[in-house]
Amino acid sequence: MKHDVVVVGAGMAGLTAAVRLAQAGLDVAVVATGQGGLPLSPAVVDILGYAPHLVASPGQELPPYVAGHPDHPYARASLDALSKSVEWFLELAAPLGYAGALDHNLMLPTAVGGIRPTGIVPETMAAGDLPAGAEVLIVGIRNYRDFYPQLVAENLKRSSRALSARAVEVGLAGDARALRPQLLARRLELPHVRSELARGVRAELAEEQAVGLPAVLGLSMAHEVWSDLTDSIGRPVFEIPTLPPSIPGLRLQTVLGQALRRHGGRLLIGSTATRGSGETGLLKSVTVAESSRSVEFEADHFVLATGGIATGGIVSERAEAPREVVLGLPVSATSGDHNGTYFQEHGRDRIGLAVDNQLRPLNASGEPVYRNVHAVGALLTGAVPWRELSGNGISLATGYAAATAILGGPV
Amino acid sequence: MTSEALSPFEVRASLDHCIKCTVCESACPVAAVTELFAGPKTVGPQAERFRAGSHSPDHSVDLCSGCGVCSRVCPQGVRIAEINSRARAELKHQDGVPLRDQLLARPGLMGRAGRPVAPLFNWAMGNRWLRLAGEKTIGVHRLAPVPQAATRPFSRWVSRHTSPPSGRRVVYFHGCSTEHFEPDLGMKVVRLLEHQGFQVVVPKQDCCGLPLQSNGLFPAARRYVTRLARQLSRPSTERLPVISSSTSCGLMLKREGLEILGLSDPSLVDVSRRTVDLFEFLLGLHEHHELKTDFAPVPLTVAYHAPCQQQNQLIGKPAFDLLSLVPGLRLVEMDQLCCGVAGTYGIKREKYDIAMRVGGPLFADIQASAPDLVACDSETCRWQIAKATGLTVVHPAEILYRAYGGI
Repeated sequence: MKHDVVVVGAGMAGLTAAVRLAQAGLDVAVVATGQGGLPLSPAVVDILGYAPHLVASPGQELPPYVAGHPDHPYARASLDALSKSVEWFLELAAPLGYAGALDHNLMLPTAVGGIRPTGIVPETMAAGDLPAGAEVLIVGIRNYRDFYPQLVAENLKRSSRALSARAVEVGLAGDARALRPQLLARRLELPHVRSELARGVRAELAEEQAVGLPAVLGLSMAHEVWSDLTDSIGRPVFEIPTLPPSIPGLRLQTVLGQALRRHGGRLLIGSTATRGSGETGLLKSVTVAESSRSVEFEADHFVLATGGIATGGIVSERAEAPREVVLGLPVSATSGDHNGTYFQEHGRDRIGLAVDNQLRPLNASGEPVYRNVHAVGALLTGAVPWRELSGNGISLATGYAAATAILGGPV
Repeated sequence: MTSEALSPFEVRASLDHCIKCTVCESACPVAAVTELFAGPKTVGPQAERFRAGSHSPDHSVDLCSGCGVCSRVCPQGVRIAEINSRARAELKHQDGVPLRDQLLARPGLMGRAGRPVAPLFNWAMGNRWLRLAGEKTIGVHRLAPVPQAATRPFSRWVSRHTSPPSGRRVVYFHGCSTEHFEPDLGMKVVRLLEHQGFQVVVPKQDCCGLPLQSNGLFPAARRYVTRLARQLSRPSTERLPVISSSTSCGLMLKREGLEILGLSDPSLVDVSRRTVDLFEFLLGLHEHHELKTDFAPVPLTVAYHAPCQQQNQLIGKPAFDLLSLVPGLRLVEMDQLCCGVAGTYGIKREKYDIAMRVGGPLFADIQASAPDLVACDSETCRWQIAKATGLTVVHPAEILYRAYGGI
């Protein structure tokens, strides 16, 4: 099987590269062991939340930040690629009403009532960016067990925004048993069900300026559900992320998957790339497991988006050095121990691949291992995304930049 | 997933890799439509820990349709569908297998019984009063799709057909449906392969045992698939590709017999490696520039649905790719995971409504594409889609056959 590009991995980084390459007319196949991380993601694009202080404007802080961290994925991809990738994403994700800009972080409530400094968010979440001290009603839905309004409200009071939050729970008729998020999201697409929810919320509403609901406001009709609830409740309404599965993540996954298909790309979920073969400096194919045999996927270019140590792109077994699982590429920042305090950076937090400015993994002498292999997303060294809150931003910028490199433009 | 089948022990042990991420729960087509099913993670890796011997803490695993989406989307390689398939069989073992499931598990029996009286059989299957009686007595839903019995089995045509001798030979595994219900499809598949210059060997063959497996009758399923593997590996056909036009039966040979039934019979291991889906084979020919492309235009709009069992072969969508080469054909790719019927699942009285709800988005998408025809590789899915949409649903081989000018 021969393609222009084979992308390994179907998370935010892999799909970004794949969609952009397919849009440019290339024949793209995505192979992935599983579905990718979007169904677990709150689906906001964090650009830079902490450096390590709270960041109000990533646009202002990033130039000195990447200058001081030349191996940071943003430095490798370039800040220009980051801002272009954001523009590209806003257009692609327009059906979900994504908005935001590099120069301003929104401060959104999290699933546990923390405050998340984040950059690009769906329209259904934007109203969660409230001024300090604002009064807000946090509404749970009875029998939906993956959202804890009391916990959210209590923590929001203690958060940096010191919101005046109050928790209530609203029931929907006929719900005797545990509600699953997809079913709940689909039910709220029925006008009479969301009217019932809106009535329940209005009955509880006092002086609050805004209403936070679990992020289950519709699966394929989020805009209708959210704007309808906003109108009928009469206050700004916003979604708060929940425990997984993440409905906003599923919405984004659907939009990216549809874009890939619309441009002729192929998505092969369940297909594991096990190794590569080629000659010095040039990868010819990756071996992909089918149900009863293995086949070679040949391509001119490859994008590796398998994730880091948390998602299996890099494996670290007890007595062995960490290894990159598909091509056995050299892994950086492998040393260091736990320093005894839980919240400090661990010596191995930065395990990943070192890349050049076309995102090609490098060998020990600083040369690209393969001219035609690009690594993106959490697989890269140089950042600790969960500490600085930059995960989807890195995925977006590097996925976009890898596509640019393959298309032959300036990165 | 790896390309090597796992042993039953390894299938069960894979549950330790579950990180409770819920990706399977968000992809499961059954969990998306009913709260009655606790979801693949709960009934699979979670409940499995508590299944010791014959006691299952969860009975809703019976509502798993076995579509296999969960195993495909799992980022950790947990064999959720396979664990659930084995748990369902254990549940049946405890609770007993109803007569209905015993019958549905043996399509050959129904086909053979129906054939001598095919017009009567087909009339009875279309009669709403008899179907209502059938629902009340044996539990086959009165509206569920059932195939039409053929007057003459495919093997009759085979016995009168001489495949032109060639140095390139293939074995054709046609499955029960072609034999008893759709013999015309088998004839067309043989002609398509002969058109590419192959001599087609069609050995005597019986059921692969898949319906027995999905109805929890593992011992009989093991006997059936082992017998079939031996029928497909006679000395005269050693090493030949075994071409399957039935996606679920092909997967039974490729993987499920080994992984779900836990067989290690050498004939089955050998046949599992030689089995290829019809369009996988044809697309492979095309990639080696060996496929004839003397296509006539087919000026039709065709909605193509890749069935779940075909997707579980992890071979992409070869029928879609190949039919894309046919001039004049407007091929619309459906983007839904499952039609709901999942073999015999959706025709059972207590599961029919769930199956129709699972298939709902697919049926709507098909209707929205306003097709002249629908193409789908799997027989039970074709019958389900035809019944639900009122459209004509064909195997993609029928379209290719037409593109070759009816050969």
